Amino acid sequence: MCHQSVGLIARQVEAAGISTLCMGSALDILKAGKPPRAAFLDYPLGHTTGKPNQPELQREILIQALEGFTSLTVPGSIKMLPFRWDDEDWKRTAMMDGDTRVTRYDTPQYQTEEDRIRAEASAAACGKEC
Amino acid sequence: MPQPVEYIARITDNYAKLGYKAYQWVKSTDAPPWTPLRKPLSQCRLGLVASGGIYATGQVAFHFKDDVSFRAIATTVKTSDLRTAHFAYDQTDARKDPNVVFPIDTLRRLVKEGVLGSLAENFFTFMGGIYSSRRVVEELVPRITESLLAEKVDVALLVPV
Repeated sequence: MCHQSVGLIARQVEAAGISTLCMGSALDILKAGKPPRAAFLDYPLGHTTGKPNQPELQREILIQALEGFTSLTVPGSIKMLPFRWDDEDWKRTAMMDGDTRVTRYDTPQYQTEEDRIRAEASAAACGKEC
Repeated sequence: MPQPVEYIARITDNYAKLGYKAYQWVKSTDAPPWTPLRKPLSQCRLGLVASGGIYATGQVAFHFKDDVSFRAIATTVKTSDLRTAHFAYDQTDARKDPNVVFPIDTLRRLVKEGVLGSLAENFFTFMGGIYSSRRVVEELVPRITESLLAEKVDVALLVPV
């Protein structure tokens, strides 16, 4: 639904006078949302702008994606980026393990306990001063 | 030629197996709005909106139940202060290197190299796994749009997960 949410934002932001470009790794969801300009990267979800700790690759991906701001001239078109994951094996299992139904907690889900402590401390400070 | 994964079909299958009713995907059939680029990217101020659940330590993390809030992250942020909170993707690599879903270092570098003019003061992030597209449209979209306008950006890059 991430891709869907972002497509909805892109259309509204574009209508407000700002040129947008949506990157994305779920081609069908991108197509359904039809944002003004898009660039598709055929990587597993969670890697929309590259592989970890590979700054040169990340740079190349963004340069080619950003080029879409000038080369895409037909509203709703998608630039297909040429990059490939090491092998295509991930595609067999992507989203095939069923929805694991992570509990939809309605409280903040901190990555670390330290983050929770810091956030609660700044909220408490704000309560006194703001 | 290997084909892209058909996520909509797979997600629909998963829901059916669990006995949930089918998710109503948003399908836009009309032509999208269009604002032409008015100057070269090397003179543009760029904003970023990323949906991978990124927050900076010290900020409140996202929750998983249709969280339509968003965070403003200063573009001067230390990359090592970035965290993720999201239920719908494997966060292993994003937690190793946030640049895979929030290309902060890459964009800062592109400004230094002169590919981009400048970056907004703040980038905006949210947790994109929001089931209610109505709430996205009514609550999130207008506030993100206003924030980008307030940042006076010429172009906005959007990065879903």
